[in-house]
Amino acid sequence: MSVADVVGEAYPSALPTLLVSAVGGLLAGTVLGGMEADLAAVDGLLVLVPAFLAIRGSVYGSLGSRLSSALHQGLVSPTFEPDRRVGAAALAAMLNGVGATVFATVLVVFVLPALGRPVAPLGTFLVVAVVGGLLAGLALTAVVLVVVFVGFRHGLNPDDIVGPAVTTAGDVFGMVALLAATRLALAVT
Amino acid sequence: MTDWTVRGITRALLPVLLVLTALELVSGLALESFEATLLAYPSLLVLVPAVIGTAGNLGSVLSARLATAFHLGLLAFDPGDERLVGNAATTVLLALTVFPVVGVGAWAVTWATGRARLSPWTVLAVAVTSGLALAVLAVVVTVVAAYGAYRLELDPDDVVIPTVTNVCDVLGVVVLLVVSQLLV
Repeated sequence: MSVADVVGEAYPSALPTLLVSAVGGLLAGTVLGGMEADLAAVDGLLVLVPAFLAIRGSVYGSLGSRLSSALHQGLVSPTFEPDRRVGAAALAAMLNGVGATVFATVLVVFVLPALGRPVAPLGTFLVVAVVGGLLAGLALTAVVLVVVFVGFRHGLNPDDIVGPAVTTAGDVFGMVALLAATRLALAVT
Repeated sequence: MTDWTVRGITRALLPVLLVLTALELVSGLALESFEATLLAYPSLLVLVPAVIGTAGNLGSVLSARLATAFHLGLLAFDPGDERLVGNAATTVLLALTVFPVVGVGAWAVTWATGRARLSPWTVLAVAVTSGLALAVLAVVVTVVAAYGAYRLELDPDDVVIPTVTNVCDVLGVVVLLVVSQLLV
């Protein structure tokens, strides 16, 4: 296989996914670009942004690949009915997502003053972490279930579609949830 | 395989998740040290998630392909290996295709909301320069991580993909900030 063969095979297969998730990134950027006032009001919020988005990607990417493997093995059926395994996986994703976000905010609140930089109160950050984690988690659970189950029923391999879908939806819903949670935190604290 | 209980899933997921979260805070700290410039030029703020995401995706596509080639016994860690060189070249070509779109898109979004303070050429130059630098870094990081996994006899699927994706996330921010400082 020559170098040109490798490029000719790899480039077209990766490009559509990268373009779609770049558009998702730009939508998330548009939300972030509109948060100038919030970023100025909550010192340290910008430190949280990459971790907040990456946690959503890791947790819901893992949920998607777990459900996808289980469908292939016949452990779960692609129907939107209550199921013990799907319920446990979705609950675990939610708890781990919110838990890791709380961990991130606690680190932010302790690390920034140590570096001599200003930081908003822990209470504000906890509202952002818990409310933002819950909102993004609900939206992304729905996205993962719909993409995996509907894709599978239409004869697509969920392994191929769930990764890009989570990256794109994770950025967009993650940013929107972070914005909503920050506005709520500013209103109540 | 892990059992399907909240406890079992958490045991498999949480340790890695917490380490990666701490790593992502490094890129957050870099971003924050640059907050004044980002708030002064909203086009750069819009670029942030798109550049991070695209850099991470370039790394994850490359590492997934190298991991598969490695499992199939098709890969040699040799600068003359066609599969290695072809996948590295693909990463650079993908960056040269996607980052111009990201740059023009970021400028267009800020222009549409009436807040564009940089010329479209500046934003395009920042995006493309960052993209090219990130493509080269993604190749280096992936090859080093894949080689490390091979020497330590770890499964590249478990180790290389999450490591490379997150390291590329962090590098995405750092490179964007350095390039912005040079070009804006």
